[in-house]
Amino acid sequence: MSNPVSNNQLEQLSQNFEQFETSLNGSKGSIHDTRKEAISSFLRSGFPTSKNEEYKYTDLSKLVGKKVDFSQRRKGSKLDHEKVSDRIVEGLDAYELTFVNGHFQVELSNLPELDGVRVSGFREALINNEQTLDDHFSKYASFEKDELVALNTGFSEDGSFIHIKKGQRLDKPIVLNYINDVHENQTQNYPRNLVVAEESSELTIIEIYHDLGEDTSFTNEVTEIVIAENAKLDHYKLQLNNDKAFYTGTTQVSQATSSTFTSYTFTTGGAVIRNNLNVDQEGEGCETNMYGLYLVDGSAHVDNHTTVDHKKPNSYSNELYKGILRDKARGVFNGKIYVRSEAQKTNAFQSNKNILLSDTSVVNTKPQLEIWADDVKCSHGCTTGQIDEEALFYMQARGLSKESARALLLYAFATEVLENVRVEKIKVFLEKTISKHLYR
Amino acid sequence: MLKINNLHAAIEDKKILNGINLEVKAGEVHAIMGPNGSGKSTLASVLAGREDYEVSEGEAAFLGEDLLDMAPEDRARAGVFLAFQYPVEIPGVSTINFMKTALNQVREYRGQETLDAVSFLTLMKEKMKLVDIDQSLLSRSLNEGFSGGEKKRNEIFQMAMLEPKLAILDETDSGLDIDALKIVANGVNKLKGKENATIVVTHYQRLLDYIVPDYVHVLYNGRIVKSGTKELAHELEAKGYDWIKEEAATA
Repeated sequence: MSNPVSNNQLEQLSQNFEQFETSLNGSKGSIHDTRKEAISSFLRSGFPTSKNEEYKYTDLSKLVGKKVDFSQRRKGSKLDHEKVSDRIVEGLDAYELTFVNGHFQVELSNLPELDGVRVSGFREALINNEQTLDDHFSKYASFEKDELVALNTGFSEDGSFIHIKKGQRLDKPIVLNYINDVHENQTQNYPRNLVVAEESSELTIIEIYHDLGEDTSFTNEVTEIVIAENAKLDHYKLQLNNDKAFYTGTTQVSQATSSTFTSYTFTTGGAVIRNNLNVDQEGEGCETNMYGLYLVDGSAHVDNHTTVDHKKPNSYSNELYKGILRDKARGVFNGKIYVRSEAQKTNAFQSNKNILLSDTSVVNTKPQLEIWADDVKCSHGCTTGQIDEEALFYMQARGLSKESARALLLYAFATEVLENVRVEKIKVFLEKTISKHLYR
Repeated sequence: MLKINNLHAAIEDKKILNGINLEVKAGEVHAIMGPNGSGKSTLASVLAGREDYEVSEGEAAFLGEDLLDMAPEDRARAGVFLAFQYPVEIPGVSTINFMKTALNQVREYRGQETLDAVSFLTLMKEKMKLVDIDQSLLSRSLNEGFSGGEKKRNEIFQMAMLEPKLAILDETDSGLDIDALKIVANGVNKLKGKENATIVVTHYQRLLDYIVPDYVHVLYNGRIVKSGTKELAHELEAKGYDWIKEEAATA
């Protein structure tokens, strides 16, 4: 490896993997073979650097190298009900899986006990030899193609397993509540989620990331989502971390014919955030919606990479990502749309809009369309600018203070994304969170 | 009410106002006319507090207070209203929400109680009638996709809501057909009273058939070169601005 700092870290990670293997106490199956392959793939390549086109603006080798200490790996945590009982999202009626430092805490969770759905921690599903897990694990997110997926696959130990049966519609959303307990030292987490939605089922999943304490955390997540024919799945990610949180995550989605997938990614905190969202439309008539909103300040770095691959005819995708950045914050957006030759009559739309509130904030945005079919409708656009001074003056001339005019304008900018949120309590929560940010 | 004395203003070092003197008393309607580029809109903007302009000399007092020293929002709260020549489109903010926030900040400044949702709606419905504006329009994003007439009616609606002491109408007639013009003028006339004053900035005499001025001033090269009554407006309509320019050149 060319980077000596990275070398030490890779050695440390290699040791961590050995410890992980020891802790498994011989209970190894075919999944462990995958882990071993994945970790050696990761150790060969290391963290991606800016030489990798996909990580041009987000040199994880450098960013992680500086701040994350892989020799500290805090596993347990003494969190009790009292500490986590304050629901992040007020009044949200949901099933909940709580994770502390990446580990599922059954006593802090509230699982559905219904016939049509199987929900458990990932570890438990492994121990129970869930056939569905065997069938789908690592079949979508390829560790050969992405170093971050390789790292997660190597350390995939815990997370969640969600399987909703044919025709079932869950009465409440499932919240995956990821708490980093960083009171005393750093933590590293590798949550691994598998979500399988059978034919004509409906499900909403809400991932929430936040911290207790001030220290550094490193989270490397992979979520594989399999959506069968006619099924509908909404997937939310609320990233509410402190300014020392490093997060890298891949959401890998496979959609069958006439299925609908909607993704919402909201980021209000973190030191470095890298979201990979990849959607493969494997069937005809698929619908994919991707919404994103990042409101960041300080020296936060938020990178959203999305891919939607239209492989069959009559499909649809719509993407809207918006950002408000201040101080020295940096935003990166890269949206790829592939329309394969077979995917005629596809409609694909993409838009990324940013407002920079300071001279020192930066946005790098890149739409990429690759179209092999000839009968398609595709559009993309991106804008980055300052707050509209003319609008500001107009509002002031009607008696609004400059601060409230500004906040109202920014709020209106964010609303275009928010209005698509279908879980009312999440919407209210986000509105409040955004207001707090905007009035600062 | 408004006393402007020797006002000079520039934008990016380009001098636009070169010594304006004007006094407007309560109950009066003043028209400010002049050829394109004479500084009419600049005067309106400077009075409302647009930051792009720099005042280099002179003063403007509003109800005895130094107007030029006040932030734009405080001018609005104190009772100055500028109806924009080009009302700004603001996606995502409805007129209703905008007005509610604005009105309550204005009321707070004036030492009045803020309005709850019901009293706001009652007041709004009453004012809507003045300019024949529909509530569905006001629920939409502010001015977004509005026709020229709808935008100007929305301006007068907002003026009615904020009850200013001094209304400055900047080229309110531009882009209006005759029916829309009548509705807008009618709204303005209903809002006139002994306690408030109006400044109508316009290129054409047409609007002054409906909003009848007590005084007409002609602006040229950043100065008021001629003042008179409404007859002056008719003269300008008939003869154009060239004779004014010639007079100014020989003066």
